[in-house]
Parts: sequence; structure tokens; C-alpha cells
Amino acid sequence: MSSVVELIAARKRFGQVEALKGVDLTIRPGELVAILGPNGAGKTTSISLMLGLRRPTAGQARLFGYDPADRRARSRCGVMLQESGTTGVLTVREIVDLFRAYYPSPLPTATAITLAGLEAKAGARAGTLSGGERQRLYFALAVCGDPEALFLDEPTVGMDVEARRAVLDGLRALSTGGKTIVLTTHYLEEADQLANRIVVIDRGVVIADATPREIKSRIPSKRISFSAGTSVGDSTFRGLPVQSLEVTDHRVRLLSNEPELILKTLFERGVAIRDLEVTGADLEEAFLSLTSRA
Amino acid sequence: MRWRVPAFSVTNLALPIVFFIFFGLPVAHLRRADGVSVGAYLLASFGAYAVGNVMVYGFGIGVANERGMKVDRLMRASPLPPLVFMLAKVLTALVFALIALVLLIGFGVVAGGIHQTPAVWATIITRLLAGSLPFIALGFAIGYWSGPNAAPAVANLIYLPLSFASGLFVPVNQLPGFVQTIAPYLPSYHYAQLAWSALGAGREPLGESLLWLGGYSALFLTLAVRAYQREERAKFA
Repeated sequence: MSSVVELIAARKRFGQVEALKGVDLTIRPGELVAILGPNGAGKTTSISLMLGLRRPTAGQARLFGYDPADRRARSRCGVMLQESGTTGVLTVREIVDLFRAYYPSPLPTATAITLAGLEAKAGARAGTLSGGERQRLYFALAVCGDPEALFLDEPTVGMDVEARRAVLDGLRALSTGGKTIVLTTHYLEEADQLANRIVVIDRGVVIADATPREIKSRIPSKRISFSAGTSVGDSTFRGLPVQSLEVTDHRVRLLSNEPELILKTLFERGVAIRDLEVTGADLEEAFLSLTSRA
Repeated sequence: MRWRVPAFSVTNLALPIVFFIFFGLPVAHLRRADGVSVGAYLLASFGAYAVGNVMVYGFGIGVANERGMKVDRLMRASPLPPLVFMLAKVLTALVFALIALVLLIGFGVVAGGIHQTPAVWATIITRLLAGSLPFIALGFAIGYWSGPNAAPAVANLIYLPLSFASGLFVPVNQLPGFVQTIAPYLPSYHYAQLAWSALGAGREPLGESLLWLGGYSALFLTLAVRAYQREERAKFA
């Protein structure tokens, strides 16, 4: 048994919408994989197939070599889902304690609560937690069974900076300890800091599967926009690493990984530049350029 | 966990006693034509009401709420088999129903001076707990068919008229004529027979009551399973 997760030509259709259009993905023990993509790309659907929360319309999903719904597979996994809840009337400690009991060799309750940074709220009823604290409770539930593999769907959504750092540090430590970790995110930065492998999904297709360094070199990271005093055309940008070029009236918008080179060249070519802005590219736009190029 | 929701625990534990105070205590000392104590008869009636109450409201509202809060999604991804989760709920509901019965009967004995042998009380309690399956199934059916906002209303609309028409509040022979006609077809009517017959006030053989309850269990379980499958297709297919 060599892989934790296997998606083989997995497709998933919801009515008229095909959320996954044939995904092949193998995740091996000890990997820390970030599934990255804009909203609606198919990240949650992918993780649902891996966990047996959804059945593929075609193709296969295997978890530890079993059907993902098999208890032998599930008892080796901890999960943190979007759109899931717990009862509000039990306290944090009680819920964690209850959830531990579902696993063969769980962590002590206090350890799980500490990992999630919820010590101060251990005696509070789940219903009284804030959004970020609730996310941390779900994190505690994901780790409390001391599972071999962790699946986290957008784990840091709704967390403040401090909680986010705590969870990311926790994941890094768990990964160093040998756990397999699969998380989804729509923050390139988060995936970059954490993962040793990034799988980029867009519109139900894996469009990239590589190390963070390789991915970053392929995704244009900066958006440049300015008003051109002179008329610009395709020839203005000849030979430059430019993507998603748009010119409306005299306003120019483009994406690139090398804004310095582009601006230098444009100045040399005598383009009059006003109202210049260089900003970090919105990931969604960056993905669009990646798919339109592919 | 039920204790922490006063809306549930107070309703389920206190309401049968409150009803007994209104409907039962004033006539507790009387005897029926067949010689059975009216107080004991009404304790049996409200006992049946109390257990059904725990099941229909507990599962009806509880399951609908869990679906609304998406607890089911998290539980589904956990290693706990859904059947174990369900059976654990049934077990706690049975314990809760037992407490409701003990409080109700204890109140009747102390405040109403109603006396039966311990064996009779034990028979009533055992039969009511063991015969509660149709109401567990009805609760699950309501919980899976209705949303969290509708569930309390649906449970009330079904369970209160059902209890009334089955003679749980007012004996069947004192109900309006048309209600008397339909009473023998209702699940609560046959359920209460389990308790009434323990006092010697049953209107049908035990086997017949069990047959009716078995039939209603099958009907409600089918409805519950259908709704469950509908949910499975929508959420987990």
C-alpha cells in the first residue's frame, strides 16, 4: 500500500455542471499537498471525493487503498470541512473527548485542545464560540484522533492572523512528524509557505502539479496598470513576458512576473506612462491567464 | 446534552406532569366502571404521551437541527458508523423517556395517592419503552422530511392531535363521536393499550396492539428511510 489518496480519472457532475472533469491525483505518505484554485474551481469537490463524502460520477477514488467510505480508511484520517457543524450545547472539551473515542489510538484531549490553541475556551459551549474559535475547534477535532492523514478544506478561512499562524505552524509540525496533509486554499501565499507540492485546479481540471517554486514561476505575480500618453499596440510589448494584456482607450492592464524589466523596456521604447500602479496579482486573474495560456 | 436545552428537558419532563395535574389529579380518587383506578389509568395515558413526546420531538427536532447545522457532514467523514451514531441517540432517548416516566408516576403516587403494585408500574414502564419504536421512526421521518425551522411546528401538528384523538388526555369514550370512530386506527391509541392493559383496562388483546404498532413502525420507518435516502442523494451522492 503506497498511496494515501488516489483519484483516477475522477469526474463529478452536479446536474448541468461538471465540477471535476477527469482528475488524476496520487498523494503519497508524508506529503504536504496544497490544492490551490479560485472559488468554484473544484477544490471542495476533490476533497469530498477523497473522503467519500461524494461519489465520483465516473472514475475512481481510493483512500489508503480502500473505498473512501470504508471505516478502515476513515479511522486513519482526520478532517476539517467547510460547511460542517457540531452541536452547540456541548463544551469544547466534551466534543473533543467524544470525537477522540471514534479513533483507535487518539491523542489526549488536552493535547488536541492545545494544538488548536483553544485552552482558554476548553470549558465553553461550542455554541458560544466566535467564527475563528469554531474553526480552531474543527482543527482540534481533525487532529484529536492522531490520524495518519489530515484533510483540511480551507482551514484558515475566518481566522485572524494569529490563529492562522498557529494553525499553519501546527500543520508544519505535524508534517515534520510524518503525517500526510492535504489542504485546500485559495491563497497562493499560504500554499507557498506550507506545502512541498501544489496542485492547481481550475474549472475542474488540474492545470499544474509541481513544487511551490515551479508554480510561482508559472503564475504571473504582479499586475501593472497605467495610462499611456501615446498610443500603444501589440508592437509596444513585443518580446516582453506579458500576459492578459488589455488596452481600453489609453488605459493598459497586464500581468507579469517581471514588472521591472517591462517598465524599463517601456521607458526605453518611449512610452509615456501616467498613473502607474504595480500590485500583487489577484490569484483568480492569474489563474485565468494560466488556463488561457494552457 | 438534552438537559442543557431547557426547551426540551422542561417540555418533556414537566409537561406530562402539568397535564396530569389538570386532567388527572381532580379525578384521581375515582374508579372506572371496570374497577380500575381513574388516577392509574390517566397516569398510564400520560405515560404513553410522555414517551411519544420524547421520541417525536427529540428525533424530529434534533435530526432536523443537526441537518441544518451540517453536523451530518462532519459525522459522515468521521470513522463512527452512522448506525452506531443513530443507535446511541435512541439509547439516550430511552434513558430520558425512563426518567420522564419515573418522575410522572412518582408524582402520581406521591401527590395523587395512586397505588398499584411495583410489578404493575414496572410492566407499564417496560411496555411503554419497548413499544416506542413507531414514535422513534416517526421522529426520524419528521427530522429528515422537514427543515430545522419547520420541524417543531410539524411535530406539534402531528403529535398533539394524535395524542388527543387517541384518548391520552381525555378517555376515548368521552371524545367527540367522529373522533371515537377514528381512534382505533391511530398508533397512539394502540400504544396506550400496552399500558392500559397492564392495569386490566385494555380494549384489545396485547397481540393486536403489537400488530398495529408493528405496522405503524414499518410505515414510519419506510417514510424515514425514504427521506434519508433523498438526503443521501442530495448531499452525499
